[in-house]
Amino acid sequence: MSGDTSALTLILSGDPGLYRIIGLSLVVSLSAVACAAVIGIPLGALIALTRFRGRDGVIVVLNALMGLPPVVVGLGVYLALSRSGPLGSFGILFTPQAMIIAQTILVTPIIAALTRQTVEDLWLEYRDELAAMDIGPAARIGTLVWDARFSLMTALLAGFGRAAAEVGAIIIVGGNIDGFTRTMTTAIALETSKGDLPLAIGLGIVLIAIVVIINALAWAARRTGERYAG
Amino acid sequence: MRAPDTDLPIVLSGITVKAGAVTILDGVTQTIAAGAPTVLIGPNGAGKTTLLRVVMGLAKPDAGSIVWGNRDDAAKVRRAIVFQRPVMLRRSAAANIAYALGAAGVPRAQHETCIAELLSLVGLDALATRPARKLSGGEQQRLALARALARDPSVLLLDETTASLDPAATKAIEDIIRAVAGRGVKVVMSTHDLGQARRLGGDVVLMHRGRVIEHGPAAQFFAQPKTEQARAFIAGELLV
Ligand SMILES: Nc1ncnc2c1ncn2[C@@H]1O[C@H](COP(=O)(O)OP(=O)(O)O)[C@@H](O)[C@H]1O
Ligand SMILES: [Mg+2]
Repeated sequence: MSGDTSALTLILSGDPGLYRIIGLSLVVSLSAVACAAVIGIPLGALIALTRFRGRDGVIVVLNALMGLPPVVVGLGVYLALSRSGPLGSFGILFTPQAMIIAQTILVTPIIAALTRQTVEDLWLEYRDELAAMDIGPAARIGTLVWDARFSLMTALLAGFGRAAAEVGAIIIVGGNIDGFTRTMTTAIALETSKGDLPLAIGLGIVLIAIVVIINALAWAARRTGERYAG
Repeated sequence: MRAPDTDLPIVLSGITVKAGAVTILDGVTQTIAAGAPTVLIGPNGAGKTTLLRVVMGLAKPDAGSIVWGNRDDAAKVRRAIVFQRPVMLRRSAAANIAYALGAAGVPRAQHETCIAELLSLVGLDALATRPARKLSGGEQQRLALARALARDPSVLLLDETTASLDPAATKAIEDIIRAVAGRGVKVVMSTHDLGQARRLGGDVVLMHRGRVIEHGPAAQFFAQPKTEQARAFIAGELLV
C-alpha cells in the first residue's frame, strides 16, 4: 500500500505540476463534449425527425462510430494536421486544440446516436399533439430537445466518460508534452511505463474521482430539474 | 380576439380512409354545422377516432373531400383536438398552456392573462406550477382541454375525453364542455357513454364499421330511432 500513500501525499501536497495536468484534462475533455454537443444534438435530432433514403444505413453507421478506436482517430487527426497534411497550415499538431478536435470526433457519434434514440422516442409520443398544434419542423426539434434535456444529459455524460478515459487519440495528436499537452491519462501511461507507480496511481484515483463527481452533479441536477419540470 | 374566421361548416363528402386492405372509414358524408355539440357514438372500432382525426386534418382521406368553412386547405386555423390519451409536455401545467398559446400565435404579453383564464375555466388554478405529467388522469384531461382552448378554436374535437374517469371527474369535464359550447364553440365529441350523449348532445351520429348509420337531433335519436341498429344500440344490445 505504500504506492497509495505516496499518491495521496502527492495529491494533498498540491503539487502544481499535478494540478496543471488535471486542469488540462478537464479543459480538453469538457471542450470536446461541448463541441460534440453543439454538433451531435442537432444532428441526432435531425436524423430522428426526418425520413430519407439510406436512413437506416446512417443510423447503423452512427451507432458503429460510437465504438471508433481512439488510436485510429488519433492517427487520422495526426495525418490531417501534420505539416504535409490538408490542415497542416494551422500548425496546431501537438497542441491542446488538436486534442480537443480528436476527442470531439470520438464523442460526437455518441451524443448524436443517443440523441437520435431519445428524440425519436419522444417524437413518437408527442407527434400527434405537435401536429394538432401545427408546430413546424424547426420548432419541433427545439421542443423535443428541450423536453428531452434531462435524458440528453445522460448522452453528454457518456460522451464525457469516453473523452476523460481515452488516451490513444490525445497521446498521438498531443504528444504528451510536459507542461503543455500532458493529461491524466497520457501521464498515467507514461509514468507506468517509466515505473513511477505512485504518480500513476495518484492520477488514476483523481481521474476516477472527477468522473464520479461530475456524474453525481449531473444526477443531482437531473433529479432537481425533473421535480420541477416532470 | 383574433380574426373572426371560422372553420364551420365542416362538410365531409364520401370520406374513405384505408389502412392497407382494411377500410376504416367507408364513404362518410356528413355536415357539421354550428350549434350544440355533435356526439359520435358507436361500438369500438366503428371509426370515431379516425373520423375526428380527419376532421382535425391529421389523417388524409384516401377518397372523398373535406371542406372547412369553405376552405379545403387543412391549416388548423381555429380547430383544436383533445386526444383520448392526451400527452402532456414535460413542463408545468401553465407552461403546457403557454406552449399552445405560442403555437397559436398569441402574443407573449397576453400569455399570463390567458393562462390564468384558462386554468380557472378548467379549475386548475391551484396547480399551475405543478409538472403536468404528475397530475391525475382527470386533471390531465382538464389541462388538455385548456390547452386545446388556448387555440381559441371555433371547433373543438374531443375523443372519449371522460373514458377512464370516475363520475366526479366526468362531471367536471362535462361542466366545462357545457360552458365552452355555451360560448359558441362547436364541440364534436365521441363517447361510449350514452348517458353523456343524452346530457350533452345537440345531434347524434351513430357509426358502425366505418359508416354513418344514423344522424339526427339527440332527442329524436333517442326517442324515435329510425334504424334498427340505432334502436338496438340504444337498448344496449351489441352491434357486431
Ligand atoms: N393505422 C391503422 N392501421 C390499421 N388499422 C387501424 C388503424 N387505425 C385504426 N385502425 C382500425 O380502424 C378501426 C377504427 O378505429 P377507430 O377510428 O379508432 O375506431 P373507434 O374510435 O370508433 O374505436 C379499428 O378497427 C382500428 O383497429
Ligand atoms: Mg376511439
